[in-house]
Amino acid sequence: MQQELEHLIQTAQQAIVDASDLPTLEQLRVQYLGKKGEITARMKMLGGLSAEERPAAGQLINDAKQAVQSTLEARKATLQQAEMAQRLAAESIDVTLPGRGQVAGGLHPVTKTMERIEGLFAQLGFSVAEGPEIEDDFHNFEALNIPPTHPARAMHDTFYFDNGMLLRTHTSPVQVRIMLEEKPPLRVLAPGRVYRCDSDITHTPMFHQVEGFMVDENVSFADLKGILNDFLQQFFEREDLAVRFRPSYFPFTEPSAEADIQCVMCGGEGCRVCSHTGWIEILGCGMVHPKVFDHVGIDTEKYTGFAFGIGVERLAMLRYGINDLRLLFENDLRFLKQFN
Amino acid sequence: MKFSEQWLREWVNPDVDTETLAAQLTMAGLEVDAIEPVAPEFDGVVVGEISSIEKHPDADKLRVCQVDIGESAKLQIVCGAANARQGLKAPLAIMGAKLPGGLKIKKGKLRGVESFGMLCSEKELGIAEDASGLMELAADAPVGISIRDYLKLDDNAIELGLTPNRGDCLSIAGIARETGVLNRLAVNGPKIEAIAAKCEATFPIRLDATDDCPQYAGRVIRNIRPDATTPIWMQEKLRRCGIRSLSPVVDVTNYVLLELGQPMHAFDLNKLNGGIVVRHANAGEKLTTLDDAEHELQKQTLIIADDHGPLAMAGIMGGLNSAVEAGQTTDIFLESAYFNPLAIAGKARAYGLHTDSSHRFERGVSPELQVTAIERATALLLDIVGGEPGPVIIETHMASMPSRSSVKLRQQRIQRVLGMDIPTESIAEIIERLGMQVTGDAEGWQVIPPAFRFDIEREEDLIEEVARIHGYNNLPDTHPRGAMAIQPQTETMVSLKQVRQTLVDLGYQEAITYSFVEPRLQAELAPGDEPFPLANPISADLAVMRTSLWPGLVGAVHYNLNRQQDRICLFECGLNFVKQDTEIKQVRHIGGAVSGSRFPLQWSNQTVPVDFYDLKGHVEAILRMTGDMQAFRFVAEAHPALHPGQTAAIYRGEQHVGWLGMLHPGRQKALGLSHSVYLFEMALAPILQRNVVKYSQLSRFPAIKRDLAIVVDEEISAEKVMQCMKKAAPEYLQELELFDVYMGKGIDSGRKSLALGLTLQDLSRTLTEEDVEQSMNNILHTLQEELKATLRE
Repeated sequence: MQQELEHLIQTAQQAIVDASDLPTLEQLRVQYLGKKGEITARMKMLGGLSAEERPAAGQLINDAKQAVQSTLEARKATLQQAEMAQRLAAESIDVTLPGRGQVAGGLHPVTKTMERIEGLFAQLGFSVAEGPEIEDDFHNFEALNIPPTHPARAMHDTFYFDNGMLLRTHTSPVQVRIMLEEKPPLRVLAPGRVYRCDSDITHTPMFHQVEGFMVDENVSFADLKGILNDFLQQFFEREDLAVRFRPSYFPFTEPSAEADIQCVMCGGEGCRVCSHTGWIEILGCGMVHPKVFDHVGIDTEKYTGFAFGIGVERLAMLRYGINDLRLLFENDLRFLKQFN
Repeated sequence: MKFSEQWLREWVNPDVDTETLAAQLTMAGLEVDAIEPVAPEFDGVVVGEISSIEKHPDADKLRVCQVDIGESAKLQIVCGAANARQGLKAPLAIMGAKLPGGLKIKKGKLRGVESFGMLCSEKELGIAEDASGLMELAADAPVGISIRDYLKLDDNAIELGLTPNRGDCLSIAGIARETGVLNRLAVNGPKIEAIAAKCEATFPIRLDATDDCPQYAGRVIRNIRPDATTPIWMQEKLRRCGIRSLSPVVDVTNYVLLELGQPMHAFDLNKLNGGIVVRHANAGEKLTTLDDAEHELQKQTLIIADDHGPLAMAGIMGGLNSAVEAGQTTDIFLESAYFNPLAIAGKARAYGLHTDSSHRFERGVSPELQVTAIERATALLLDIVGGEPGPVIIETHMASMPSRSSVKLRQQRIQRVLGMDIPTESIAEIIERLGMQVTGDAEGWQVIPPAFRFDIEREEDLIEEVARIHGYNNLPDTHPRGAMAIQPQTETMVSLKQVRQTLVDLGYQEAITYSFVEPRLQAELAPGDEPFPLANPISADLAVMRTSLWPGLVGAVHYNLNRQQDRICLFECGLNFVKQDTEIKQVRHIGGAVSGSRFPLQWSNQTVPVDFYDLKGHVEAILRMTGDMQAFRFVAEAHPALHPGQTAAIYRGEQHVGWLGMLHPGRQKALGLSHSVYLFEMALAPILQRNVVKYSQLSRFPAIKRDLAIVVDEEISAEKVMQCMKKAAPEYLQELELFDVYMGKGIDSGRKSLALGLTLQDLSRTLTEEDVEQSMNNILHTLQEELKATLRE
């Protein structure tokens, strides 16, 4: 019997090792270990043996069962592994193929720039205000100390309507509107479209400005310089960016200044962008003119304020290296998509 | 204002180079726009005198000159200039000379005759655009000296971009004054003395518009030499300041304008009748100005007239009929007036004119300058054209002369406005150096500005002067201090930023188009709206204010379709301008235009053209942010620019907020668009209000899902079906979703099949099979009753 069992084990183990897939293996399990399997059948024969023979024979059969069982499990594990490997191989894909679905678009560089400006000033508590683009003479000129005969009007090539209204030439009228409606302290940013009747390589008849102003009991020109210095350095992310302030003239500020930055293209060495001066004019600013305060009823002895006007297109062009202003309003997708 | 650096340095000569000088001016508020040498690089050109001249033996147009350059032997030069003549002094480029543009002068042979140099014109020296012949030098030019030294050509023309408040710097005297202040130097202009009359001749002056012209000085000069020419030094100075030499008398008035800043005018005395009257023009009066243009004078225009009519537009331009004529005029009348800036401002522009004179008068010319200027001009004229001056006559209406009231200045205020304590002595010194009269002390100085400063009215004006001369960049950079209050940040509004970002995430590019559009495009896309036209549009295609964002967006779609873009998704946000009665409503809108394929070209999606429902999905994505989606309705309505079968009006409750649809194929064709375009536009304000979320309880009991497929007439909208179902459904209907719409095989023509999924769930109990059965039957029954729906087989 021992011999016979050993033969059986050998045959079974051979068959198991030769089994090439899981169904064959399952057949073999049934054939040997199933209810009617060969080893099971031998277990059943134990009943016919004497009580003396039974333990030894039982032991033998049990060992045989164990041997076949473990071979079976080992083979099963191997085959399962192979099957998984095969599935994985079959399911391999080209991961370099592009992903599926909608591709996000993007904001216009002018909007990106305005959001950036708003974000920087929001840190200082500047809130955003808007105003009408079709304005009246009072808000666009008169209240800003630009009476009809003022030579500065000539610099403001204004678009007019037949009823005497006009397209605002700057965002400063928002300053007037806010100061008429609200009481200091004020920290306001007014971004938006402005219009001048001028069109050539460096001018478009519509462009964008961000007007900012602060009115409080102790706001000084030095504060204005400090804030704009920080702003320009943070906008360009250049802590060492040189900024200079030059006296200038705006009817609605006194003292007035223009701020220049060191040319971001050439680092101040002189290039085409800065007309070989090393400096780029970037914004106009100044202390709110007392006559403007008079127009809106703010006490000039109690309050002082500063205001500034930033040309958005200029900042966008310098920041993103755009060399032609007109590109900004052609809405060419090949251009717009570069800012996504 | 363009000026010669040398001329400035005759007045004040700081020990700094050109660049430093320019930087000083720029940082003091007189911005230097350009610095250019007055002559290009050249050398080896000397003053030569043609000592003899004879015909070239073999050429008709050439002549052979012997030119004296002060050396023993004369140089033989072959020359073709018509004005070459014996005794003429002209620039001679000798052998080895380098001319502008790199031309090198060598010994040459012209038609067999040797030439040892070249006689030059202004053009060849690069100091004039063109020239008719040799440059003619003065008879007393020293033979042999370098032309650069003789003409002092090592000079720069400096161009200032002056702000309108600094009319006082529109002269050499003014710039010199500033330069002196900046360098703490005294300014030494030419000595100007009163010139005694040599004859009794005068011409009467009457001021009829004393507010506009409170002071007018005049002088007669008789018997000038009509054939005199302007000396080269004066021509050169004028040239370097950008003024062309015309005739000696005109040149002298221009010279005084540049030097002192007083615009002057010279009349031909013999063309004047009666006397000078300064008055306003009468209706219908005409004047032909020096530029040969005839103007019908407007009533408020200040003019200089005589007994016969207008002679000149005061402060702007003289008239042709009374002009001095070179070679003819022998007696002149010089005018030097003070005009009120308000009388001149804007007037030149009204006639399409802009002159050196009007530029100065509208900014303000010192009321103390008239007689000085006339004396200066007289001295120069006597030197150049000779003649006998009469006495200076001056009419002044004192009451209308500008008053010079004092302005208060407090050190404490300076500190407050500038944020820096500038020492008392520095402040006083700066103010005094600027020519102001100062009394009082730091508590309250009283400052009287000089007559030439029209821009000092208030304390802040003086503070600017202090800051400017102290140097803006010498002021500190500080940070303002203020209350650290938290700003409001509402949750009841969707921000524009979120709306934009949603569209960007859906694949849109933001466009920015002009707010003024082409009238035709406007009419095609917003028919029925009456756009607001600009009175002075920059061009015909930017002539009316948009009433819709579509003209701009469709223009951009068109632009991109023409550049082979096969997928265009654009949006824009901005104001529309709609006429309402007499008012213009300026309303912020958001709009989009889509054309081409639904997705970018990709390997795993079929290329499907975009359709109405894509766009509706985009609009819904925006509206969903309100958390109030159920308040929005899309109603099939007609819009004249859109496809009648693919247009929805968008409502929030009863308020119309916008439109969505396909551009009418007829308009698409008319506009030359190669592809269908889908458009949406909504007013922003009504779609931004958001509800703050109110949590609703979740059910702990199981949900039951049922599908229902029904068939209804094609015209019955999905919205109607769903409304009907909701009405019939029990309160525990949690969700109702439409997941299929089918028409075609298996469904009767004229009918359509809709498949809907229902989720039923109660908050307080588990629903029984009977509950569900009952509910579904109710729904189906109502659908059958109200919409003639049938269950799909």
